[in-house]
Amino acid sequence: MRLTAEKVKFIRESLRALPPERRYLIQFLHQVQTELGYVPEEALKEAASYYSLNPSEIFGLLTFYSAFSLEPHCRHEIVVCQGTACHVRGSGSIQAEFSRLLGIRAGEDNYEKDISLKSVNCLGCCAIGPVVVVDGEIKAKVDLKQVEKIVRQITSEKAKNENK
Amino acid sequence: MKISKFKSLKELDSYRVELGSRVSNKRLISISAASCGRAAGALEIASALKRSIEEAGLEEKVQLKLTGCHGFCQFEPNVVIFPEKHFYPNLRPQDIPLLVEKAVLKGEAAEELAFKDELSHKRYLTVEELPFYKKQVRRLLDAHLDLDPDSLDDYLKAGGFKALSSILKKNDPIQIIDLISASGLRGRGGAGFPTGLKWRLAREAKADRRYLICNGDEGDPGAYMDRGLLESNPFRVLEGMIIGGYALGAEKGFIYIRQEYPLAIEKIEQAIGILKETGFLGKGILGTDFSFDLELVRGAGAFVCGEETALIASIEGRRPFPRQKPPFPVIKGLWGKPTVINNVETWANIPLIIDKGPDWFSALGTEKSKGTKIFSLVGQVRYTGLIEVPLGLTIGEIIEEIGGGSKNGRKIKAVQIGGPSGGCLPASKFNLPVDYESLSESGTIMGSGGMIVIDDSTCLVDLALYFLRFASQESCGQCTPCRLGTRQLVRILEKITRGQGQLKDLELLEKTAWTMQKASLCGLGRTAANPVLSGLRYFRTEFEKHIVDKECPAMVCKSFTAYVIEAEKCAGCQLCLKGCPAGAIKIDPHKVLTIDQDRCTVCGLCYEVCPPKFSAIKKISRKALEKESGKTPDFN
Repeated sequence: MRLTAEKVKFIRESLRALPPERRYLIQFLHQVQTELGYVPEEALKEAASYYSLNPSEIFGLLTFYSAFSLEPHCRHEIVVCQGTACHVRGSGSIQAEFSRLLGIRAGEDNYEKDISLKSVNCLGCCAIGPVVVVDGEIKAKVDLKQVEKIVRQITSEKAKNENK
Repeated sequence: MKISKFKSLKELDSYRVELGSRVSNKRLISISAASCGRAAGALEIASALKRSIEEAGLEEKVQLKLTGCHGFCQFEPNVVIFPEKHFYPNLRPQDIPLLVEKAVLKGEAAEELAFKDELSHKRYLTVEELPFYKKQVRRLLDAHLDLDPDSLDDYLKAGGFKALSSILKKNDPIQIIDLISASGLRGRGGAGFPTGLKWRLAREAKADRRYLICNGDEGDPGAYMDRGLLESNPFRVLEGMIIGGYALGAEKGFIYIRQEYPLAIEKIEQAIGILKETGFLGKGILGTDFSFDLELVRGAGAFVCGEETALIASIEGRRPFPRQKPPFPVIKGLWGKPTVINNVETWANIPLIIDKGPDWFSALGTEKSKGTKIFSLVGQVRYTGLIEVPLGLTIGEIIEEIGGGSKNGRKIKAVQIGGPSGGCLPASKFNLPVDYESLSESGTIMGSGGMIVIDDSTCLVDLALYFLRFASQESCGQCTPCRLGTRQLVRILEKITRGQGQLKDLELLEKTAWTMQKASLCGLGRTAANPVLSGLRYFRTEFEKHIVDKECPAMVCKSFTAYVIEAEKCAGCQLCLKGCPAGAIKIDPHKVLTIDQDRCTVCGLCYEVCPPKFSAIKKISRKALEKESGKTPDFN
């Protein structure tokens, strides 16, 4: 898949807006990840030449951090917190139930429903766990019964938008 | 009012006097609006309050404020009304008109909305009366009740930047280090290294420049003290760093925050911007010749970055691999220069120590552990939240008196302290004082302050497995003992939870753990086995039960657990039948429901959907089930 000219422009401009010192590399990757939803190969190559680094070195950095992804993900995102406090209150079964309903494991995408499932180590909302983040919105004290509702809500919204 | 740049210390002093003279006789409603408050609907409560106040035409009589975390996170969204300090928990938008009518219009307490203790049914009105707050000493957290984290005025009014002005007037950086040493402050990130000594070493190291770093990569799952501080009182952390910059002769500091904390990042970014505009950061701070700047660095989701040398690599833009120590960062840190790395809470303590003196600070605490410490008290405890207590309080006092004991009447069996590097302490150790030495002697660590209470519904083998899975995912992979050791421990523990364990596996666990402790490169690997070791030390019988009796006492491990429907309790509502994802629930012509054990995946959904008035689904051990049906369990 080739990038649109607009996206290539975004990559180049955000790169040039930062000094060519490697300490700004993470900041650049964050910008690309936030704007495009992933870090395309082009961004990696452009960054390598801008920072005079071997692309493999940037690849190593990129894949080390869980915040960056090399592939685009779905429009909707469900993140299940797996912090200790959530774990002892049953986040494991919640994750399993999402996995079952969506037919994917954490870190995978259900393209048909346009939902990505992720897990996160801890969001620091431990007193109100188990916590699930649905499209950026934190849901507190989630139980097994709510899992299906959450998925249904996303799919029905999606259907509504498509019918418009 | 927009503050212009302070050009001298005098200007700041007179502005402070002016602020003090602005007395407001408005009632203040402060809404707890840190991340957990917002998740629970704090912003909706805020707009409902605004609407209600406008409708009643009371804008002149009351001020609304979005503050940081009030600490009683379980009862979000909550508000505190000043000057009475009345606490109203778990508010819903429909409660607001009553609250406004009673508390604002009539100026009396809205008793029906006040906090009600579940057990005694007693109502508590003020923050001071609440058992959750009573035993705490909230030196760092107290300001969170009424301070707007976006407002420099609020911070100045609360005595903010007094410490900075006083040290700039005295002009004696070494004396600051002496004060910090005298206070006995130790690193709040976990290891407990004396902060004053760390600063002295960096100050005395020969170099043309020095750096300082605030470690806000709070990666321990189950801990959120730093998030609380960053979101609720960002200026105090930054003031601590500016004072540190002055004491160390550093011109630049970095504040590293994990990307999972978007609100903390937003608040700090904004606070840094305000401080630059008002002359607290940059060249010639407050008209003196001291220059210092701060930069925010956003983490990218790697637990190992909490390790100081990995964090340095991450800021430098390299892959965050920890490196061999020594040389320690105080000698060779960021870009090879002496660097002081302190945790968020450590930095937040600095202005208080300078302002109130080392004796005030060390008046609380034990002989070797001074001051107060923030903990996140979570898990299976009745009251969860962010608490601050003097060091030396016992674990039991914290759990029983602040946390209110068990959440649902079950037996509390342990408390997990120190996250993936810490361990579980059994109830028999609850008389232990919380200080650095006592905790490490009993096999855990202070850590950054996560305190997760565990009752008998949690399996210690499963919990050890949880932490080891975490450690093996987060191991950077650089050194063999950690990379392979964590995976090996995961494999053995998985075997045990599946019912395939052997007694000699316990020895193997201990041997592997020993190797990891001795031979790993960094703290992550050296402490990763602690959850297993402390589990074996205090809960060996629980491990043995899994191996010998093929039983999980907490009924968590799925291989040992089954669900059955109690025919005499079942009302035949069929909710479980509809809910069962495996199609394992059968109904016969007489409308009696049963679970087909061969198809059941032990997901527990039926257990949750069964209405509490029936609670007809029972969790039993697989062994008991097989005994009934006359089959022998097969775990292979």
